[in-house]
Amino acid sequence: MTRPSPVALQRVVVVALWSLATMTIGVLLFIIVYILAHGLPHVSWGFLTQSPEYMGRKGGIFPMVVGTVMVAGLAVLVAAPIGVATAIYLTEYTREGRMTAMIRFGADCLAGIPSIVFGLFGFVFFAITLHLGLSVISGALTLALMVLPTVVRTSEEALRAVPSAYREVSYGLGSTRWQMVTHVVLHSALPGISTGVVLSLGRCVSETAVVMLTAGSALRLPHSLFDSSRTLALHFYMLSREGISMPNAYATASVLIIAILALNMLAYWLMRRFVAKVR
Amino acid sequence: MRAQPKVAVRGFTASFGGKVALRDLSLDVFPRERLAIIGPASSGKTTFLRSLNRLNDLHPAFSHSGQVLLDGKDIYDADMDVVQLRRRVGMVYAVPVPLPWSVYDNLVYGLKLAGIRDRTTLDGRVEAALKSVALWDEVKDRLKEPARNLSGGQQQRLCLARVLVLQPEVLILDEPCSGLDPISTGKVEDALAELKARHSIVLVTNNTKQAARSSDRTAFFLMGELIEVGPTAQLFTRPVQQRTNDYLIGQFG
Repeated sequence: MTRPSPVALQRVVVVALWSLATMTIGVLLFIIVYILAHGLPHVSWGFLTQSPEYMGRKGGIFPMVVGTVMVAGLAVLVAAPIGVATAIYLTEYTREGRMTAMIRFGADCLAGIPSIVFGLFGFVFFAITLHLGLSVISGALTLALMVLPTVVRTSEEALRAVPSAYREVSYGLGSTRWQMVTHVVLHSALPGISTGVVLSLGRCVSETAVVMLTAGSALRLPHSLFDSSRTLALHFYMLSREGISMPNAYATASVLIIAILALNMLAYWLMRRFVAKVR
Repeated sequence: MRAQPKVAVRGFTASFGGKVALRDLSLDVFPRERLAIIGPASSGKTTFLRSLNRLNDLHPAFSHSGQVLLDGKDIYDADMDVVQLRRRVGMVYAVPVPLPWSVYDNLVYGLKLAGIRDRTTLDGRVEAALKSVALWDEVKDRLKEPARNLSGGQQQRLCLARVLVLQPEVLILDEPCSGLDPISTGKVEDALAELKARHSIVLVTNNTKQAARSSDRTAFFLMGELIEVGPTAQLFTRPVQQRTNDYLIGQFG
C-alpha cells in the first residue's frame, strides 16, 4: 500500500477537522432550533405575564420568572462579593503558601461536588437546621455556595492577567496597596470578573436539582425571601416529567434558553472588552 | 567640597533570598546633579535604583543591610512613610507603562492619590510637567485620548511627566531610553538637562554614550559593587580602575 501524499493527507485532515468542528456547533444549533420550534409558538405576552392554572397545564409562567430572578439574582449577590474578595486576597494580599494552597484546594473541591449534593446540604442545613424552610433564601444561599468556586477562579485569573507593571507604577506614584487594588487592578480586571459573575448567574438560572430541594416548587408568586418559589428550570422539569403539558414545557424551555443565550452573549461581550483592554 | 548629599547610600547590601545583588555599596547623589550608573547586565544597577524608593520591598525575598539617607534620614527606618517616600523619589521604568486610561488621567493619578483635587491646580501641574518634557504641543489636544494611542517615545515622556507632576526631589530612571528611537531619546535627554535645575537625577543606562552625553558624574557598577565614581568626563577619558577601562573599551559586558 502506498502512503498518501502529504498534500492529499493535508486535504483529508482539513475536511475531517472542519466536519467535526461543524458538528459541535451543529449539535448546539439543533437543540436550540428544536426547542424553539416546539416552544416559541406557545410563548406569548400572556404566557410571560400570567400565573399558571391547573398545575401549569394552562396559564403562564410569571411566578417562575419572578422566582428565577429572585433566587438566581440573590445567589449571585451573595457569591460575587465573597468570591471577588477571596480572589483579591489570594492575588494581592498574600504570598503563595499553605494558606493560599488550602483555599485553592478548597475551591476546587467545592467545584467538583455534584449539584444534587449541594441541594441535599442546602435542604438539611438552610431549610431544616436554620429553619429557613423551602424558600427563596434557602435556594439562593445554596446556589451561592455552588457557584462560589467559579467566581473565585475566574476573578483570580482576571486579577492575575493585570500586568504587574501596573502595580509597580501605582506604587511608584504613591498609592497604598488598597488604592492600587481599587484604582488600577480592579479597574483593569472588571470585565474579566464580570464575565465570571455572569456565567455563574447562568448556572444558577439553569440549575434544577438544588432549587428543587431548597427553594421548593410552589406555583404561587413569592412575596418574600422566605416564600417557596419555583424557578423556570424546575417548572420545565415538572411539566415534562409529570406529563402535565409538553407544549408549555417547551415554551418554558424556550424562555429559559433565550435567557441563558443572552447571558452567555453578555459574558462573551464582556470578555472581548477585557481582552481588548489588557492587550 | 560640595553641598550636603541629597541621597547618601551607606554600606548598603541588598539580597534576594540569599543571592546578593548589591554588596556594601556607598554612593552619594548631590542636589542638582545628574548621576549616571553604567555597568554590564546584572551588576545591580536596577536593584540600586529600586532601593532608593523601596520598590524592592515588594519582592518577597528581599532583605538589606546598611542605610539609604534621604536628606539625612534613613528611608528604611520603621517610621518612614513609604507612600510619601515614593512621591519624593519618582521613578521612570525602562518600558513605558501608561495605565489603561486617558493621557490626562495618567498624569493626574499621582496628584489625586496625594489628595489634590482642585481642577485648576491639577491642570496647571499637568501643563507644566508636559511642557518640561516637550510633550505639551504634541498632546494638548489629545488629553482625553487613551494614553496607549501615543507613540512609544511620547508614552515614555508621558511617564516622565506623570512623575514630574508630583514635583519629586529625586528622579530615578531605569534605562528610560532603551526602547526609543534617537529623536525621542534626544528629547528625553534634553528634558533631563533642564530638570536637573530642580531635581537630583539618577540615570541607569546601558548606553555608555548616553551616560557620557547627559550626566555630570558617572558610577561604574560591576557584580553588585561600585568600582568607580567620578566626573563623567574624567571617568570616560581617564578611568582610575583597570576594570572600568576594560568595560569602556568593550572587553566585557
